[in-house]
Amino acid sequence: MHQVDHTKNIIELQNISFTYGQERVLNNLSLNIHLGDYLGIIGPNGGGKTTLLKIMLGLLPNFEGQVKLFGKDLKDFPDWYKIGYVPQKATNFDLNFPATIEETVAMGRYGRRGLFKLPTNEDNRVVTSVIAEVDLTSEKDQLIGNLSGGQQQRVFIARALASEPEVIILDEPTVSVDPETQDKFYKLLRDLNDHHNLTLVLVSHDLDIITSQTTEVACINHSLIYHGSSENFNRSYV
Amino acid sequence: MFEIFQYDFIIRGLQAGIIVSSIAPLIGIFLVLRRYSLIADTLSHVSLAGVAIGLLFKINPIVTAILAATTSSILIERLRLTRKVYGETALALFLSGSLALAIILISLAHGFSVDLFNYLFGSIVTVRQEDIWVMSLMAIIVIIAIALFYKELVFLSFDEEAAQVAGIPARLINTILIILTALTVALAIPIVGILLISALIVIPVVAALQLKRGFSETILIAEGISLFSVITGIIAAFYLDIPASGLIVLTALAIFAVLTFLKRN
Repeated sequence: MHQVDHTKNIIELQNISFTYGQERVLNNLSLNIHLGDYLGIIGPNGGGKTTLLKIMLGLLPNFEGQVKLFGKDLKDFPDWYKIGYVPQKATNFDLNFPATIEETVAMGRYGRRGLFKLPTNEDNRVVTSVIAEVDLTSEKDQLIGNLSGGQQQRVFIARALASEPEVIILDEPTVSVDPETQDKFYKLLRDLNDHHNLTLVLVSHDLDIITSQTTEVACINHSLIYHGSSENFNRSYV
Repeated sequence: MFEIFQYDFIIRGLQAGIIVSSIAPLIGIFLVLRRYSLIADTLSHVSLAGVAIGLLFKINPIVTAILAATTSSILIERLRLTRKVYGETALALFLSGSLALAIILISLAHGFSVDLFNYLFGSIVTVRQEDIWVMSLMAIIVIIAIALFYKELVFLSFDEEAAQVAGIPARLINTILIILTALTVALAIPIVGILLISALIVIPVVAALQLKRGFSETILIAEGISLFSVITGIIAAFYLDIPASGLIVLTALAIFAVLTFLKRN
């Protein structure tokens, strides 16, 4: 059984509230994500999952409350490469964008490298190795638009892995991906969590996926309804 | 057949053409992929106001065009970021406003003449040695800036949100891109004229995109198409005695049409 190390907080959300116009999307929500967690965030559409995710990624600065990433306040957080992000893009990224798998994955190194720095041999080495890890080496020169939905999603995982992050945050990663590819995708995620000590935060509206894959669950509907192990969640709620 | 190269104005025209056609696709690829091509059109009209200021105060119009375009580019980006107006309306305000200003200034300078025609439609014969120096310097600045911010520009064009999460300073990079666009637009005036600048920035890139290659390869192909169109246009213009700007843009469009057709079949 996978052991979750509860001693180190990676992401701390304290009393988070957020209002879009008149609507209060998040109300006084607190949640800690620990090293090694495989946390599923679940909740109804419009319940604030994506808003919460965008707040912890620094994309929505006008929230109330406090976010700490690796112990530092979000506003002063310098090490964004530690956070890999897999957006909900299988369905809505520009299919005609002229980038190969290799070029797309290389983008994952850019934030880590910093301004005014050219990519190094180390960058190339990491890019090659993460492409191999998601099993796309023979396709690396193909355009991203020519790939299947499942392959594209693996490219985005590889891009997130390329920054050598400590946590990966995924937003509905398998929307419009067929079940067989989904299985492979979640096997890869589990492997990353088990063997690479990578903390994973998976946002999904799919109860089956969350309860079968993750070790912890946070159920969100404007505020935190439940936070604890998936097993307890299954016993009590499902 | 090589008599063409005996003329200094042709040599200067080709030099200027090569400079402009090398930097246009470097900017164009990012504008096209970010659905922001219209900024080139807007800044070209702003450049006309800059040219008018130059004509009125007897300053080199390329220099005043560069100043007007870069200043406006920063203002447009500011206006867009305040969200007081929609992105495209910021462009419309500047496009029509600068054209209105240009008309008044040109009239004050009694410049509704051959001069104005040259700026509107381009005229390689008006390129002076001094202009070549200004253009070379500015082109070097554009190339160095693109090289320095290449990886950030690529990431932002592909996925602005993920790029921001990765810590890429989106605002800074966007402002740099728009300033570089302003420089490129101002430099292209003598070659294709204000009315056709956006074509030179956009068409070679759109044509190269038809071939569906990776990012760096697409840039190289666009560079090839851009250079070929400009050189062919200038040489053909000499023999056919037609304005080079029209020929340059039609050559690029023909390449686009052929590539699109070939790719379909």
